[in-house]
Amino acid sequence: MIGVSHYLTLSAVLFTLAIAGVFINRRNLILLLMCLELMLLAVNFNFIILSRFLDDIAGQVFVFFILTVAAAEAAIGLAILVVLFRSRRSVQVDELDSMKG
Amino acid sequence: MIEAAIFYIFGTVLVGGAIGVIASRNPVHSAMFLVLCFFTSAFLWILLEAEFLAIVLVLVYVGAVMVLFLFVVMMLDVGPERLRGGFTQYAPLGLGMVALVVGMLGLVLWTRPGELSVLAAPPRAPADASNTEALGAVLYTEYVYAFELAALLLLVAIVAAIVLTMRKRPGLKVQDVSAQHAVRREDRVRLVRMKPEREE
Repeated sequence: MIGVSHYLTLSAVLFTLAIAGVFINRRNLILLLMCLELMLLAVNFNFIILSRFLDDIAGQVFVFFILTVAAAEAAIGLAILVVLFRSRRSVQVDELDSMKG
Repeated sequence: MIEAAIFYIFGTVLVGGAIGVIASRNPVHSAMFLVLCFFTSAFLWILLEAEFLAIVLVLVYVGAVMVLFLFVVMMLDVGPERLRGGFTQYAPLGLGMVALVVGMLGLVLWTRPGELSVLAAPPRAPADASNTEALGAVLYTEYVYAFELAALLLLVAIVAAIVLTMRKRPGLKVQDVSAQHAVRREDRVRLVRMKPEREE
């Protein structure tokens, strides 16, 4: 029988992998954004799971709004990335150190 | 039984896709693995009776956000050979953070199993139950201000994305609508009185 802890473990594994991705791919800004999307997916997963097991639709409403905010975040993040690439010809994280003292 | 089979199969594919996202060398492959993750998550969400959000995940994420990601990845033309290096450099820090997170999550999830098992799954909804209807019933009544705020947020995102990426190029021939509308008859038309060339 698949219980709540099975589902929660799956989403925890997903979230952990996303965090590992943020730390491993510290060179490429696009991959960082993708890992962010993966993290948001794990969080949404948690909301859906607990919405089902607590029998409360409010969790799904929250996921709806998180999807909206995540779409806006992806659009603006990618726009900033395009502008950055236009001015720097690079999206490497370790080359973006002009504010470093 | 069938639920367990679906859960384990799609859960395995989901974890494999996530590993593919963080470990593949080519950003295009990473994006495709992320699409795989979204699809399998949508299957699992349907298993959790969130049908509307599963469809929205596929339509919005796979259909819009990931296509945007792929556009940007291909437009920026970042070669895969420049992306690596530093993998082993940051690996100890990454492993430390992952161990920390796993420890904290495991502490909550697995050391006190009695408290979570209180949450037994409620009975399945009947076959004609509409998840979309239930979601809409609360979304347009109880959460209507948040809904309008989300609409405003999307508008701001649209404007911000356009403003950020728009650039003025010199020497571009564009219409100036206000100048076109401000034009008067005297500026354009000149009546000339001509003498007839031949006597009738």
